[in-house]
Amino acid sequence: MAARTTRRAFIAGAAVVSVLPVAAARATPATMAAAIEEVTGGKPVREGRVTLDVPPLVENGNAVPLTVSVESPMNEGDHVRAVHVFNEKNPQPHVFHARLGPRNGKAQVATRIKLGDSQRIVAIAETSQGEFFSAGADVIVTLAACLEDLT
Amino acid sequence: MTNVLINVPRTARKGEVIELKALIMHPMETGFRPGTNGTIIPRNIIERFVATWNGAEIFSMDFSPAVAANPFVSFFAVAEESGTIAFRWTGDEGFEAEESVAIDVA
Repeated sequence: MAARTTRRAFIAGAAVVSVLPVAAARATPATMAAAIEEVTGGKPVREGRVTLDVPPLVENGNAVPLTVSVESPMNEGDHVRAVHVFNEKNPQPHVFHARLGPRNGKAQVATRIKLGDSQRIVAIAETSQGEFFSAGADVIVTLAACLEDLT
Repeated sequence: MTNVLINVPRTARKGEVIELKALIMHPMETGFRPGTNGTIIPRNIIERFVATWNGAEIFSMDFSPAVAANPFVSFFAVAEESGTIAFRWTGDEGFEAEESVAIDVA
């Protein structure tokens, strides 16, 4: 009859129970890495050529301006085929996937995104040669998105 | 119901790289938020945005719930020929919207 719960075991168990649901409801750096792998197919991703422009400190996570620009001649032989943006701590790791081509002339995409917490954003550019380039940015969010219905 | 704002230059020189901006009114409900009665509000987002120049696709974008409400997109294109640029959004609950603008390329 050694089934007595020690105080230490109880505290450890309580800590696990209180942490688990939060962890399960969010993307994590690991799920972001998995989502990136899905896009790259395991090919190496190099830093550089991509500029991710996002404010380092935002008050309202509901609409965060984000611009991704990639250095590329954007001609038939050498252009950016796609731009993917990922996050670490929103419920899902994906933000958007944009498809570009030589018709764009300039590899730059801008939009506004939601951020549920202070986190790291990663932009990945896929070139026509099948290479992947990335850039990351850390953002501090004061008021998180996706929390409550404000309407 | 759908309210669209498009910002594209009316005229461009041939070969010029122009910026195209498009904004559409849409709640982009994530499907993760509880409503006032405590139940989760079902997801209702725009999933896809496609831009075509005289019928040829020049740019497309797949959205996730992490794109802000009233999605705004800005991108660039080389002005090659006069014609119409069409912007099309499709999404959950059978959402569809299309808007086109004319451009003169000299």
